[in-house]
Amino acid sequence: MSRQASLTWLAGHEMRLGWRDWVALVTAGGRTRARTAFIALVVIVILMHAFAYWTVATYADANLASDTAALVGITGTLVLSWSLLLSQAMESVTRAFYSRSDLDLILTSPASTRKVFAVRMGRIAAGAVAIAVLLAAPFINVLIALGGARWLAAYGVVVAMGAVATAAALALTIALFRIIGARRTRLIAQIVAAVIGAAFVIGLQIAAIFSAGNLSRFTALQSDWMLRHAPDTASIFWWPARAVLGDYAALVAVVALAIAALGVTVAIFSRRFGEHAVAAAGVTAATVRQRRRGLAFRRRSCGSTLRHKEWVLLQRDPWLISQTLMQVLYLLPPALLLWVTFRTGHEAFVVLIPVIVMAAGQLAGGLAWLTISGEDAPDLVSTAPIPGNRVLLAKVEAVIGAIALVFAPIVVFLGFDSIPAAIICGLGILAAAAAATAIQLCFRAQARRSHFRRRQTSSRLATFAEAFSSIAWAAASGLAAAGLWQAVGPAAIAFGILAAVWTMRPSRT
Amino acid sequence: MTSRDRPIALALRGVSKRFDRPAVDALDLTIYGGEFYALVGPNGAGKTTTLRMVVGLLRPDAGSIHVDGIDTLSNPVAAKQMTAWLSDEPMIYDKLTPYEYLEFVAGLWRIDPKPAEARARELLGWLGLEPHAHERCEGFSRGMRQKVALAGALVHDPKLIILDEPLTGLDAGTARQVKDILRARVRNGGTVIMTTHILEVAERMADRIGVIAGGRLIAEGTLDDLRRQTGATATSLEDTFLTLVAEQAAA
Repeated sequence: MSRQASLTWLAGHEMRLGWRDWVALVTAGGRTRARTAFIALVVIVILMHAFAYWTVATYADANLASDTAALVGITGTLVLSWSLLLSQAMESVTRAFYSRSDLDLILTSPASTRKVFAVRMGRIAAGAVAIAVLLAAPFINVLIALGGARWLAAYGVVVAMGAVATAAALALTIALFRIIGARRTRLIAQIVAAVIGAAFVIGLQIAAIFSAGNLSRFTALQSDWMLRHAPDTASIFWWPARAVLGDYAALVAVVALAIAALGVTVAIFSRRFGEHAVAAAGVTAATVRQRRRGLAFRRRSCGSTLRHKEWVLLQRDPWLISQTLMQVLYLLPPALLLWVTFRTGHEAFVVLIPVIVMAAGQLAGGLAWLTISGEDAPDLVSTAPIPGNRVLLAKVEAVIGAIALVFAPIVVFLGFDSIPAAIICGLGILAAAAAATAIQLCFRAQARRSHFRRRQTSSRLATFAEAFSSIAWAAASGLAAAGLWQAVGPAAIAFGILAAVWTMRPSRT
Repeated sequence: MTSRDRPIALALRGVSKRFDRPAVDALDLTIYGGEFYALVGPNGAGKTTTLRMVVGLLRPDAGSIHVDGIDTLSNPVAAKQMTAWLSDEPMIYDKLTPYEYLEFVAGLWRIDPKPAEARARELLGWLGLEPHAHERCEGFSRGMRQKVALAGALVHDPKLIILDEPLTGLDAGTARQVKDILRARVRNGGTVIMTTHILEVAERMADRIGVIAGGRLIAEGTLDDLRRQTGATATSLEDTFLTLVAEQAAA
């Protein structure tokens, strides 16, 4: 048994908490749910392996170490995955500073904050590695099964990526603390995390649009320009890619460098953990004065009062700002493609419209959760002299209004090139947003707005239904834009999802 | 005029609510207009459940509830129009300012903006919130949040105010302000129903005290009435309350 408050003792505590969080995430605390979750996991694992076989089986036996195009492709994929890991790690690091759950206890205890911080960063790195392993494992397993043990090295690269992502996230967050202060760091870190997660994908898409006129990320990676300017195959730049391909010397170097980077970063910054955590704690007491145009109460109907309140809260919600920014960023490449298409006269609506519709569905799902379930004063609204269905209607109107505000400009711009495409896109956005809102209505459960991150755990069914519904409406809109009658297929699936959600909704007493 | 000569502000008849066990059991309760009524009882006695049914946050399994003669089950909107609810945990919007919060509440109760604003300013002044009227509530202390919630409960000038442990966690100064405002409401003809674990508050402020245990009203009346019921004469409400609850547990 380890000594109390030692590094291993704290690590044990963190592992126990991490494990329980994970179990709660998967099972939601029920034994029946645990069985269902296990079966679902097995099915997902099988499906992912099947998908991986279809995608990478042909590369299992290939000798790619001297192939520049392959090295560029693998490195591009690694950087893409790493940017997503960095985004995830940055959110976790920010949470480690700002979440008050047990920090007050820890900071007032005689335990060393350096040790606590080191262990917590280790947990974040482990979390990042776990996510990466879960996503990469099917592909690596297929390559190992078909191409031999040399592909095992890919797991080492995944571990290295998690460690480097955590180190970079930590350095970035601390830099933000120093540059802009604790008060602004949380919001800016959320936005930076969102931008980092999207930036590389978007950059590649923009490059692909200009080089080949399409949205494929790999078009840019495999372009003549890229291959011409790529370093020599013997360069250390390719070490991570070579490590993936089974070059054990490169693997040892990559893993050692990654772990050293994490260790050094934690050693440098852990001294100031307590200081930053205390500064973050002080943020909650900060005062935000709200300027107001007029100083008189305005006459509004009940519905308008509720909608106005929802819009004000959404507008002042840091999470929403970062998410909307991310959605807008993701819409940049389609908008650019639209502009290029508009300029050259080609029709690319089949690619564009599904992306826009999908983004609308996803954003509407988040907004709907915030307005419908994330009500911070439920007693006030429930005891107000307004029928319950009027309250819900006002909240739905607030969601649809916000979606209209974000997506109307792009639909209008689309209309300059093709009125039918704009109509299809508008209808698709409306359908995806309405479906996501309806799903949130079926699974509404009272929660604090600040618990937004836990919404997926409160109902995984709602989360999956929301995602599949958005995909179905995106597919229906894309097919409709192509003038294909087969659009009714995904539309029917979308309605089927809604019907299934309706039958499975929890009962309300 | 005794309280019984006044109109009935709240009437509960045979109200029951069951969760995994009966929380409220065939409860009859009558509270008169202009009365300050304190509902006391041990933890889990059914006080909060009773009040949550009155304000429409829970639906009773059986029985009827009338607020100022209006059936809360068949006409909830009309009943809610004259009621305000304040829970022990102040639920306000962190991202709104007290001023915006009061404007929102006035909008929900459809109060004319002009008088609502005047009332809001008056309440913010009374409660010492004026300097913070345009600051977001997210940085407020618990006491300040409770004051904002109380201002929200009063801005629509309700006939009946129902408060669940309103003094929990408040400092002495804030608690005094809340008590003064509630007393003023009663003096002006309003009706106040309050649950509290602070028996001294009930003893000092309430016209009548109801003791609830096991979902039933086991005693009711003025402090003297309750003392008579236990057979003691010079004991405090605390002693009387403990005797009543012990008798109920033994029965």
